[in-house]
Amino acid sequence: MNVSSVKGSMSISSSTSTWKAGDTISDQFPAGLRVLVVDDDPTCLMILEKMLIACLYKVTKCNRAETALSKLRENKNGYDIVLSDVHMPDMDGFKLLEHIGLEMDLPVIMMSADDGKQVVMKGVTHGACDYLIKPVRIEALKNIWQHVVRKRKNEWKEFEQSGSVEEGDRQPKQSDDADYSSSANEGNWKGSKKRKDEEEETDERDDTSTLKKPRVVWSVELHQQFVAAVNQLGIDKAVPKKILELMNVPGLTRENVASHLQKYRLYLRRLSGVSQHQSNLSTIISAQDPTFGSLSSLSGLDLQTLAATGQLPAQSLARLQAAGLGRATAKSGIPITLVDQRNIFSFENPKLRFGEGQQQHMTNKQQVNLLHGIPTTMEPKQLVSLRHAAQSIGNMNMQVPPHGAQSSQNNPLLMQMGQQQQQQQQSRGQILVDSTINHAPRLSSSMGQPILSNGIATNVSSRNGIPENIRAPGYSQTPSMLNFPMNHASELPGNSFALGSTPGVSILTSKGAFQEDVNSEIKGSGGLMPSYDVFNDLDQHKPQSWELQNVGMAFDTSQHSNSLQGNLDLTQSALGQQGFSSGQMNGHNRSAAVASKAMFSTGDVKELGSAQNVNQHLNNLLVDNTIRVKSERVCDTSPANIFPDHFGQDDLMSALLKQQESVASSENEFDFDGYSMNNIPV
Amino acid sequence: MEVGQMQRRLVDYTKSLFMEGFLDAQFLQLQQLQDESNPDFVVEVVSLFFDDSEKLLNDLTMALDQPNVDFKKVDAHVHQLKGSSSSIGAQRVKNACIAFRSFCEEQNIDATLRCLQQVKQEYYLVKNKLETMLRLEQQIVAAGGSIPMIELGF
Repeated sequence: MNVSSVKGSMSISSSTSTWKAGDTISDQFPAGLRVLVVDDDPTCLMILEKMLIACLYKVTKCNRAETALSKLRENKNGYDIVLSDVHMPDMDGFKLLEHIGLEMDLPVIMMSADDGKQVVMKGVTHGACDYLIKPVRIEALKNIWQHVVRKRKNEWKEFEQSGSVEEGDRQPKQSDDADYSSSANEGNWKGSKKRKDEEEETDERDDTSTLKKPRVVWSVELHQQFVAAVNQLGIDKAVPKKILELMNVPGLTRENVASHLQKYRLYLRRLSGVSQHQSNLSTIISAQDPTFGSLSSLSGLDLQTLAATGQLPAQSLARLQAAGLGRATAKSGIPITLVDQRNIFSFENPKLRFGEGQQQHMTNKQQVNLLHGIPTTMEPKQLVSLRHAAQSIGNMNMQVPPHGAQSSQNNPLLMQMGQQQQQQQQSRGQILVDSTINHAPRLSSSMGQPILSNGIATNVSSRNGIPENIRAPGYSQTPSMLNFPMNHASELPGNSFALGSTPGVSILTSKGAFQEDVNSEIKGSGGLMPSYDVFNDLDQHKPQSWELQNVGMAFDTSQHSNSLQGNLDLTQSALGQQGFSSGQMNGHNRSAAVASKAMFSTGDVKELGSAQNVNQHLNNLLVDNTIRVKSERVCDTSPANIFPDHFGQDDLMSALLKQQESVASSENEFDFDGYSMNNIPV
Repeated sequence: MEVGQMQRRLVDYTKSLFMEGFLDAQFLQLQQLQDESNPDFVVEVVSLFFDDSEKLLNDLTMALDQPNVDFKKVDAHVHQLKGSSSSIGAQRVKNACIAFRSFCEEQNIDATLRCLQQVKQEYYLVKNKLETMLRLEQQIVAAGGSIPMIELGF
């Protein structure tokens, strides 16, 4: 540890006000933080000293308050932070606190074995920046540097009146970094973890800079402005600087735009795979638009939650929101997919498109989860339901979001799809929804992985004729949701699952597929093609799959947890629990996709609720779909039977089975090629 | 006794201390703080704790022996003892201190005297246990062995 070097570089001797971000802050921060610890108890003092040294701080200890004060007065800038005991024989800790505040204005942390409310309140009123209860654990000490940074930041801000410039520069940079990392991690199971790591890194950098501005949140309007600007310039010619000028949003920096553009481009690329279908879908979807609208509402909540959980990068969230919100009245963010799913199953109308509606329709929360994860495939019905649900989409990071503008309809679904995957899925999901729904659980959508969309799209197209490409949500104005031209459900032969048409159906199947995929893949394999596998699995898997499905869909799990954050975890855990995924997924790559999708689902807690319903629907749908799916299976990845098996839900399974028997397998409409069932909220 | 056997004995003994509530997770933290740069950290801290506690107990005895007991002072001492015992991980001592403090608030002489006895008893118990444990560790080290890390599922 280069304490000395750090110290030197810190040049703390200069006034704190001049201590600006980037100034002297070495990469080793907070190592070398100069701590003065005061405690009359020798045992505690020794232990604290050892712990602080273990945290790489530079420690000075005193057992008397007077000594501490004199030390501080001698060397005003020699310390960064003070830790003081409350009960001391020679001077009350609070008195010391006051002195330090007045004379040196250093951050002071109080400590005591006393955890009574009054005492702690006293600490607050006297200006302590924190209060630690003894016995103090080393973990608590590891974070004390935050108080130093915070104080400096505030001082700096005051000093620098406008301060916006520098802060702005710094902040976007950091947010960009974080965003970038997050986008890079999309569709990657590890992504969320990575993102966290990266965020931590950026946080550390932020600390050094002391000025940490909140990330720019790409709201729906903002994103729409962005998209409008990009379209105006032409995607090829769109450069951040020009976009920024066109947008003319105060406070927005070039860096913000640049990072957002990068993501947008990735999104577009993903969509391009299904672009062909998109056109088809778009038409379909447009018809559906109204329904999607609700979907798009992706529950800004979900999105936000997702974003909050870090799973969903702020940007994607924004996108999702934009997408979903653009249209939807934000129904409640419910895991629309979930709802849709159910709806899908329940009705065979294409509405289901996405889980969006899932929530609404899919009352089966369980199922819904599926949809969540797989925003895309289920779309048709789900979309419809999503619309209503729209809100839940929030979870889905519907990839579509940014492009949400177009797919606003789709977005809801997409958004829900899951955070990282969602992004992908959304685009896909939407597209898938449209297309898949008609045919077969196109789950492809969000199931998170871009592959899905592409894969699905392709699959879809082959099967149904419905432009599976729809999956490629996004940008192509056709709301990804469009893919689920739910309305077209009628077109789809009996698609109760209507993957393409009936959002519910497709979603269900996709769910199943996703689920399985998700479960297995949750590991982060962006396995694109999971959706297909899902279906395959569906057949095979009985009720259990649903649970797994949920993984991808994460909705299920999330349902209960209602926390987006949990979604990802949930999905993962769901996977684990379900165990289904691995087994079920016929080794399809779904898992990857699904897994990612699953993530979404978690996000949509609400959806989960509906997922349950959805699941049920799904079961029904699955039954039908599975049959269909199987036939369809175009997907390379795996048999469309994904659904049947995945739906983990027992009822779903049974329902499906029953349906299967009853349903003529003629429908090959469900092409769940690789639609990541992930999104299927189970 | 050969090293392996001694190590096993140490592990079992240490575990029993945790099981019986003499020590808690905080003690584990201390053990984790010990490293090559500071191989005697635990011994040092524990010794410090013993010295400090005995002084406190003496002060407490004297304070409670006064005709007019100054409960505030008593409370301050007990609070201190509570803090140090909790930092060390001497759980039972800490718990005894908590009870002690509540009686101090009530200014109940008899109860506080009883509490003092209780605290003393717990203190001597844990002192004895810790000394035994540390002695075992020393023997292992002297015999060339290393001190096994205790993994407790706290």
